[in-house]
Amino acid sequence: MRTLALFLLLTAPVAFAIDPGRAFDDPELQARYEEIISEVRCLQCQNESLKDSNAFLAVDLRREIRRLLSEGKTNAEIYDFLVQRYGEFALYRPRMSGKTMLLWLAPLALLGMGAIAAVSIVRKRMALPLDAGDDETDGDARVTERT
Amino acid sequence: MNLRYLLPIAAFGILIPVFIIGLQRDPSELPSPYIGKPAPAFTLPSLEDPDLTVGSDDYAGRVALVNVWATWCVGCRHEHDFLMALAKREDIPIYGLNWRDDREEALMWLQRLGNPYVASAFDQEGTVAVDWGVYGAPETFLIGADGTVLHKHLGPLTEQVWESDFQAKIEAARGN
Repeated sequence: MRTLALFLLLTAPVAFAIDPGRAFDDPELQARYEEIISEVRCLQCQNESLKDSNAFLAVDLRREIRRLLSEGKTNAEIYDFLVQRYGEFALYRPRMSGKTMLLWLAPLALLGMGAIAAVSIVRKRMALPLDAGDDETDGDARVTERT
Repeated sequence: MNLRYLLPIAAFGILIPVFIIGLQRDPSELPSPYIGKPAPAFTLPSLEDPDLTVGSDDYAGRVALVNVWATWCVGCRHEHDFLMALAKREDIPIYGLNWRDDREEALMWLQRLGNPYVASAFDQEGTVAVDWGVYGAPETFLIGADGTVLHKHLGPLTEQVWESDFQAKIEAARGN
């Protein structure tokens, strides 16, 4: 009885698996299929990829992707198909274009601004005489005195 | 004043409006990439009669609404009364795209609540919905006489939404 309960408990999740079984016999197509569905957002439940989602929009989109793959479409053509219908937001990694340029370049720009700020602060401090000491070193000194 | 104090204040002054605007936007509302582009053509079995078809040819040449609905969709129940009122005005034809629904239940719904649609297409597999970039229901597309998507509304239609987002666009489309 206990063994049976354990067996049922362990196998229950299989019953809820998303699209059980392989979609393609060809391992190369299967690999491309799995790559694409983990790169595409399920628009109905935006924090899940098509691969993770059981929402019926995800089921429909997986079906469309399987159809396109079996028609011999390339990955780029399939991404185009999705972007044309749902916009760049459908892709977890939006492609570089005029619209998404800000998205891609903003982190680099922020990093650059940070680097410039860091360099200028370090340069300024290096220009100070060693014993000049600003507020911070005064504070440190006081702490050292007390210990 | 020294740049050292001015800079954080300036950054604060820029960030606050960005946050105020950004936080008031609903991240689940995506702009349709079809706005200003031709709506995809389709032909589907009619909801009422599987032997008949309903498709984009039915409203070609007229300004029309395509409303995505389903009996499982709570928002569709909310907007139904408004759709009925809109249909009574006989100002603009409303076509339904019944999305991934049960035919019997959908017909019951129309019988019980009234049928605001000129015709409803029965998209059981969701293929046309995917072509149209539908990702929730209700969604309402405003289609121009030349088949261009003029506007897409996500969520239930109300009188308020109608007046602010649809009326001017419809008048402009007819003026041409």
